[in-house]
Amino acid sequence: MTGSDRPKLAVWKFASCDGCQLTLLDCEDELLGIAERVEISHFLEASSTDAPGPYDLSLIEGSVTTQQDVDRARHIRAVSKRLVTIGACATAGGVQALRNYADVADFQAVVYARPDYIETLSTSTPISAHVPVDFELRGCPIDRGQLVEVITAYLAERKPDVPAHSVCFECKQRGTVCVTVAHGTPCLGPVTHAGCGAICPAYGRGCYGCFGPSNSTNFPSFIPLLRRDGMDTLDVVRVLRTFNTAAPEFDAASRKELEE
Amino acid sequence: MTHRGSRVLKVGSLARVEGEGALHLRMGGGEVAEARLAIYEPPRFFEAFLRGRSYAEPPDITSRVCGICPVAYQMSACRAIEDACGVVVDGQLAALRRLLYCGEWIESQTLHIYLLHAPDFFGCDSAIDLARTRRADIERGLRLKQAGNAILELLGGRAIHPVNVRLGGFHRIPSTTELRPLTDRLRRARDDAAQTVRWVAGFEFPDAGCDNDLFALSEPGTYAIESGTPTVMPAPHTGCLPPESDRALPTRTFGVHEFGAHVAESQVPHSTALHSLLDNRRHLTGSLARYAISGRWLSPIALQAAYDAGLGDPRQGTVCRNPFRSIIVRAVEVLYAVDEALRIIDAYEPPPHPYVDVPSRAGTGHGATEAPRGLLYHRYTLDSEGIVTDASLVPPTAQNLGAIEEDLRRIVQERLGDGDPTDAELTALCERAVRNHDPCISCSAHFLNLTVERT
Ligand code: SF4
Ligand code: SF4
Repeated sequence: MTGSDRPKLAVWKFASCDGCQLTLLDCEDELLGIAERVEISHFLEASSTDAPGPYDLSLIEGSVTTQQDVDRARHIRAVSKRLVTIGACATAGGVQALRNYADVADFQAVVYARPDYIETLSTSTPISAHVPVDFELRGCPIDRGQLVEVITAYLAERKPDVPAHSVCFECKQRGTVCVTVAHGTPCLGPVTHAGCGAICPAYGRGCYGCFGPSNSTNFPSFIPLLRRDGMDTLDVVRVLRTFNTAAPEFDAASRKELEE
Repeated sequence: MTHRGSRVLKVGSLARVEGEGALHLRMGGGEVAEARLAIYEPPRFFEAFLRGRSYAEPPDITSRVCGICPVAYQMSACRAIEDACGVVVDGQLAALRRLLYCGEWIESQTLHIYLLHAPDFFGCDSAIDLARTRRADIERGLRLKQAGNAILELLGGRAIHPVNVRLGGFHRIPSTTELRPLTDRLRRARDDAAQTVRWVAGFEFPDAGCDNDLFALSEPGTYAIESGTPTVMPAPHTGCLPPESDRALPTRTFGVHEFGAHVAESQVPHSTALHSLLDNRRHLTGSLARYAISGRWLSPIALQAAYDAGLGDPRQGTVCRNPFRSIIVRAVEVLYAVDEALRIIDAYEPPPHPYVDVPSRAGTGHGATEAPRGLLYHRYTLDSEGIVTDASLVPPTAQNLGAIEEDLRRIVQERLGDGDPTDAELTALCERAVRNHDPCISCSAHFLNLTVERT
């Protein structure tokens, strides 16, 4: 296919670290191939081309933290046939959603001598809080293999094959000895969405939940496990309140901890 | 815009940089009244929410400031917190940290050279455009970048936000056998890196100079990356040299813990990034500064490549002050990083334990390392329970903004002297000038739309 016959891909950025869109540029083996199959119409980090929509597939990185972001999300939705969020920021508000528990004015005062120059909302929210999203890809950052799968699936007009089970499954697949069972290391694997390939346990540390909650979490039986392995209330709250703090399951579990 | 003598030029969103920002030029009577780089990336408040976290957390958390240089954040955080706790990590653990950092230098600098910067020299919109006519070159770049990522993945667990870094060292260290497969790949990468230096050295470069102090870490005997002493080489005008001069000037140094007494951040209304001055003067960090200060400590193969590429002889103290040629300096740094990675792997003997213990104590610690884009400083204050009570992160882009704006002003002023540029020409020129410095706007924590105002 040549020229305008190819589906149009757009990559957008909201509040984020650029890591998830960098994942696309990190597909060194696939990048030129993907670029032959799609027309990269908007991808500021990689190209000065800025072609107008409509777009066949929009990938959004980052969370909504300003009023302009809200308007931009609506615009992107309106000009995109499919809208996929990439990463914990776009899917669950990201690490910047830690402001949701604080007074944003206090936060501004810590960083800026003149907070009045800064425009920001008091919350950091996922894209889905503002517009309908077709698919959410988890991870902080997302996994390269899953990203290629999602792009390929949407080009073929099928559902992406991205499993929703927990990191524990991936440890078993990888043949990693369970760090909780073998070493009593606190690990969020049982409540965390698969996708990374269970990296942390393979490197001898417990999962810290960077892919967000899995599709079925059972916190009432899981939290006592963390406690047995030495975490106190504040440790539990902090580990849940990091990169996916605004994910409803993590948010609820951390609030419950603080109440008890 | 019809009247050329007096106009305002706006560039919406700057492409091929990390993060988001805008550029604003105001010109009148043949003079550039104002050139400013406005960062409109919304603030993410890291320094605020680090308060109340445990002292073990900043390496993981601050890596999320920037997906392009997470290791830099992890390393500066570790150094600062270990400093607060009175722990020094040395020997093979320090060597492994340097190896991980070499991986990030290779990946990130190659990303900038091939995917962000090189298209400018061919008038292309992107590396993907460039690949239509120069496929073999772009494939070489991707292969080289992949070699950097291979180090990050093996030692760090993944290329973006590696999971294997912790205070005192690593969660798990590789065996000699695990590291060995990297060697073949890195030997190939060394050829690709040497070829990259030759490739970029053949580009056409405008004449330009920079008249600001250069600021980088130095560590006599080695090209400073993951440790060193803050070192300043003054601007050419202070030695009555032209800004384009390639002569070195005598340097001065200060301790990392004195960073705050020398580098002062201030807020400007047009940007969410803080601007900073070094002893009340504009300064520039990054490849040009590092090369000026540490160039003579490059490995023989990188020294020779720099000399052959027309950068002069760094052993004689030759420096490069042309920001457009920063792409050559970056390529030399990539070659060095590949060579250095091979040296580290060759000398590797697994240490007895993956980390040294870092017991918490109350105090303040300072840490600075050389992110691919320049010197990155962290400071943390801990209470006796090991809880962070105060955090300060000073990223290279925030330090470089003043120098980048001065560069923009000079380059546009010089272009005005050569006749009447169109808005499109000015925009292209300014975008190139900005990309010369590889600014990372996400990490300004807080990048670019061009507005030209001709009054
Ligand atoms: S999800 Fe994580 S990696 Fe992705 S943009 Fe947000 S902070 Fe960066
Ligand atoms: S924190 Fe959990 S989800 Fe994230 S990389 Fe580690 S194991 Fe995977």
